[in-house]
Amino acid sequence: MALTLEDVGRIAHLARLHISAEEADRTLVQLNDIFALIEQMQAVDTAGIEPMAHPLGGAQRLREDVVTERIDREANMGNAPAREDGLFLVPRVIE
Amino acid sequence: MNELHLASAAELSRLLARGEVSSEDLARACLDRIERHRALNAFLDVRPEATLAQARAADRRRAAGDQGRLLGVPMAHKDIFVTRDWASTAASRMLEGYRSPFDATVVERLDQAGMVCLGKLNCDEFAMGSSNENSAFGPVLNPWDTRAVPGGSSGGSAAAVAARLTPVATATDTGGSIREPAAFTGVTGAKPTYGRPSRWGMIAFASSLDTAGVMTRTAEDAAHVLSGMLGFDPRDSTSVDRPPEDCARDLERSVRGLRIGVPKEFFGDGLSPDVEQAVRQALAVYEGLGAELVDISLPNVRLGIPVYYVVAPAEASSNLSRYDGVRYGHRATDYGDLVDMIKRSRAEGLGAEPKRRILVGTYVLSHGYYDAYYIKAQKVRRLIADEFQRGFASCDIIAGPVTTSVAFDIGENASDPVSMYLADLYTVPGSLAGIPSMSVPCGFGKAQRPVGLQLIANYFEEATMLRAAHQFQLATDWHRRVPDGFA
Repeated sequence: MALTLEDVGRIAHLARLHISAEEADRTLVQLNDIFALIEQMQAVDTAGIEPMAHPLGGAQRLREDVVTERIDREANMGNAPAREDGLFLVPRVIE
Repeated sequence: MNELHLASAAELSRLLARGEVSSEDLARACLDRIERHRALNAFLDVRPEATLAQARAADRRRAAGDQGRLLGVPMAHKDIFVTRDWASTAASRMLEGYRSPFDATVVERLDQAGMVCLGKLNCDEFAMGSSNENSAFGPVLNPWDTRAVPGGSSGGSAAAVAARLTPVATATDTGGSIREPAAFTGVTGAKPTYGRPSRWGMIAFASSLDTAGVMTRTAEDAAHVLSGMLGFDPRDSTSVDRPPEDCARDLERSVRGLRIGVPKEFFGDGLSPDVEQAVRQALAVYEGLGAELVDISLPNVRLGIPVYYVVAPAEASSNLSRYDGVRYGHRATDYGDLVDMIKRSRAEGLGAEPKRRILVGTYVLSHGYYDAYYIKAQKVRRLIADEFQRGFASCDIIAGPVTTSVAFDIGENASDPVSMYLADLYTVPGSLAGIPSMSVPCGFGKAQRPVGLQLIANYFEEATMLRAAHQFQLATDWHRRVPDGFA
């Protein structure tokens, strides 16, 4: 399998990463090297093997649906690049 | 007391208990040394007033009768743990200027134990790397040879402990990020069982692999700091609910009769002769101490790297999607619509390696490739984990090299990501399984650069692993060697 420049553009869009033309050329070569390495695992017979998502397995622990801490809006919004009246500002999305 | 910087945490703890030194004196001495050795670029943020406030608080606790063994002992945090009082950047431009509204659980626990934080340590950006060259704030130098990398991603932690700037540093390990830099800098570095240290407040890279741990001069110190660090945290959904444990309880037990598995796959093609020689000599030390060497085989560990470079980027692409320039982090100055703003903010804020991993991860999770890559990798991951269990049927711990070679030169692998990835050949399998493992200094190789011995134990067997490391350190003095210019 080898990726094409078109693939790189599509993946970068899915990943929401702006990528310049020169960067895409370089990235294509590197991604193909990485996938050549990854392909080694395709030869292994994994029929009947359960995928391992997590080292210790088991069900995810759920907590009681109760209030455990108060949200400090001021502290949590303190790092926002742009805000107003307790809201995050972004370019207009609805005309 | 001008030899304080050479003391282990255990020795400092005794001096503090006897009142021969105060926490404040110790903190000042460490801060002076950090300032003197800024050229190593080990620290990203130092705030003496915050450190000294903690030191004075520790002195007051001692005056009030507190005798905790970590009380007043200096340490520093890898800049992957968020901290209220110091910058939290993950060595990324994306988080430059970010101030965390809370402390990570690991930070909180060591703070409660009375340890005094000296500042934040440099690392590879978002803990992605094996050389610390991926930091947005410049590479860290290896104190043994400033042409060499200190390893990564916890390169600042390793260099700071090796240069005797701090006796203790926290670190994190996703595929080898504690063990490889510990080996490259001749310090002791231990990664516990996945899920035992909390991931709350540890800036996420690959959530099914990320494990906090520690770098120290000695295994004894590692055992005590881990005892203070580990424990159930309801805020981490994969935290293991087990009673607290004294990881140091077996340190003084001899290794007579301990069965040490030696996997032949850890001594195959690609292992440098200098590293092999030092590791074989370490195994001979264990034989001399009465341990029994057992030949074992782990045929699938060679698949660790391919599996890791699917699983870790997949999880990274998901975790790093939070950096959108909306709620926190870097926002581009020139952009069009919302999607363009996000794309440009991420392109400017993230470095080359995180971007590469996000792209690989996005691809393997995308429609049509998910089963062929991500699920396939998870299946092979189970084969590797199962293989360790078969190995542990005939031995108590597994030993081998940490790395294929001693520290490489800065710039040597920088333009070839795949050659850099192969540096983690022997560390990635244990990470995929989630078992504890560590690096113990065991000699020097080419260009007088340090070599590490890797000890791998089964789930929750940290005490056995640390006992084996401590007994080795009682019989050898590699861990006491200090790089020229730092004694």
